[in-house]
Amino acid sequence: MNALLFNSTLVIYAIATILYLSCLVRTEPKVGRTAQLVLGAGFLVHIAYTVDRYFEAGHTPITNLHESLSFFSLATVGIYLFCEYRYKAYILGSFVTPLALLILAIAATFSGIVAPLNPALKSKWLTVHTVVAFLGYAAFAISFGVSIMYLIQSHFLKKRRLGPLFQKLPPLDLLDAISYRCLTFGFPLLTFAIISGAIWAETAWGTYWSWDPKETWSLITWFIYAALLHGRLTTGWRGRKAAMLSIVGFLIVIFTFLGVNLFLGGLHSYK
Amino acid sequence: MNIIVVGLSHKTAAVEVREKVAFSPTQMEKPLQAVVALPDITEAVIVSTCNRVEIYATTRDVAGGMARLKRFLADYHNVPLEMLESHLYSYHGEDATRHVFRVASSLDSMVVGEPQILGQIKTSYGYAAEYKSSGIILNRFLHKAFSVAKRVRTETKIASSAVSVAFAAVELAKKIFGELSDKTVLLIGAGEMCELAAKHFINTGVRGVMVTNRTFERAEKLAEEFSAKAVRFDDLFDHLPKADIILSSTGAPHFIIHEKDVEEVLRRRKMKPMFFIDIAVPRDIDPKVNNVENAYLYTVDDLNGVVATNLEQRKVEAAKAEAIVEQEIGQFFKWLSSLEVTPTIVALRNRFDELRKAELAKTLSNWKDLPPGAEKKLDALMNAYMNKLLHQPTSVLKRTDPGNRNDLYVDALRNLFDLGDAATPQEVMVDLED
Repeated sequence: MNALLFNSTLVIYAIATILYLSCLVRTEPKVGRTAQLVLGAGFLVHIAYTVDRYFEAGHTPITNLHESLSFFSLATVGIYLFCEYRYKAYILGSFVTPLALLILAIAATFSGIVAPLNPALKSKWLTVHTVVAFLGYAAFAISFGVSIMYLIQSHFLKKRRLGPLFQKLPPLDLLDAISYRCLTFGFPLLTFAIISGAIWAETAWGTYWSWDPKETWSLITWFIYAALLHGRLTTGWRGRKAAMLSIVGFLIVIFTFLGVNLFLGGLHSYK
Repeated sequence: MNIIVVGLSHKTAAVEVREKVAFSPTQMEKPLQAVVALPDITEAVIVSTCNRVEIYATTRDVAGGMARLKRFLADYHNVPLEMLESHLYSYHGEDATRHVFRVASSLDSMVVGEPQILGQIKTSYGYAAEYKSSGIILNRFLHKAFSVAKRVRTETKIASSAVSVAFAAVELAKKIFGELSDKTVLLIGAGEMCELAAKHFINTGVRGVMVTNRTFERAEKLAEEFSAKAVRFDDLFDHLPKADIILSSTGAPHFIIHEKDVEEVLRRRKMKPMFFIDIAVPRDIDPKVNNVENAYLYTVDDLNGVVATNLEQRKVEAAKAEAIVEQEIGQFFKWLSSLEVTPTIVALRNRFDELRKAELAKTLSNWKDLPPGAEKKLDALMNAYMNKLLHQPTSVLKRTDPGNRNDLYVDALRNLFDLGDAATPQEVMVDLED
């Protein structure tokens, strides 16, 4: 049942991704609407999978790489659907759904077996810390996708290459606004995740901060986004510069999450 | 029943000819009623715009009907027919349908894809509906034309790109800023093209316009015209940070805005993007400005390039539109031919026959002690009764005397007896909503 739900989600997201990508070349508004419906359906199945897993495991299912990546993907799709509804631009999906699909596909490569919970993780903080962290990551993921669109669109405008793709992509200012909105949503969540993590560390390990690789890299991520938001408010880091920084920020998020787990080890490793 | 069209357009007649035969939109009742009063003409719609004058009508006699419409057009406007003849085109049947579909979809327009023509035809049809000169065939005919035009508009990009420099500038600004309602336009210098572009921006709806000129009086005069704010040329760089869109066309022999100026201005406006449009020759703005982060510079040549690409694009899209038109012609003719009398009579008889046979079979199956031969007699009775019932309507349908609207009867019969292919009430109703 659980595996079926997971595989269904994977297939539906794949279909949605193909539909969203075809929005880049097709003109019929039908394609976008269909893509939206398919992705919405996939999201519901994905929620069902996560809830089912919660009851099967008896705790929040974000305790190994498979579960974390799956939740990451779920949060990305959820926030994306909200953005699409809010900004009425389904073309954003062409750049965000491939990412969500990729994350879920990576999740599929890790074992999905429900294992007994590591005693160190048995805490009410598990839910708070992880859910908040991944919601923040998801917001950064969308900012990342939108920033790539910004760079493409800005390149087209500068080089006066105003082809069909240029016509399809949203206005620069809208992309900038969406990216900024996502950062202002994600940044407080990241901050909260770090603070809640520190408190949890104090109760579990007796120290707020132990310079574990994950903690260090999270702090680097935090500084990048803090610099980006600060720069924007004071000297106006907008447009290309902001877009590039957001892209760098997200790449570090990915490294913090995957790289640290797979290569650096430490207390946050799922091993 | 045949659909015919007689008319002239920008393709066949110069404006001197077109204006002679144009109909005034405020007085459409008289000509419309005069056309339907012509012998053998049953329905009529007159389309009269600055680029075309056309009369659509239904008739049983194609050649005669066309001749009468031509004569009417000449006589009504007191123009000798010999003078008009060479400019007139006339189509019937499939060609007339293709023509109206192409006209409504803006494939026959002077600027292919311009959207006004559809509204103009809707208005023309509105008059015909109001004065009851159009009936079931032209109603369906024009509704089909409207839906074809809508399909063309949604399925092709024929009208989605700007084909004038001023409009291209507005479209580009929208691609940078999205909404323009909170943006400010700064006009540097004066010039026809510059003012035209400014007007386009004002029509699109911007927050404010500033005007500056070497001679402040000229700036004030222009500012008054646009209800804008006049700014002294010496204060240009104080006001530049407030401007999002800069239209420049001064007669200056050298650049007046340099890369460094723009860098400074952008810093002062916290890097909010700026869109520079340089229409001056020689140029006013250093091309290096385009290298500045968040500044986008387009010259008149760039905009001309955009327009040229868009026109090319329209040609490609027009080919797609023509394919849609061909598809839809077939559909319309399927309906039109269903209005023919003979197939309707056959369908009606078949429907009655079916009922007769079914009822007879039902009765006979329950009737055990039937005397010999009674079965045949019952069958004959039912048959005779059916023939008597159908005789009168059939003979009315077959009447060909003028004024007999058997297309209406045919459509009613198809509706009443569910014979298929009937026009739905919605289609017969006038629906001028988009």
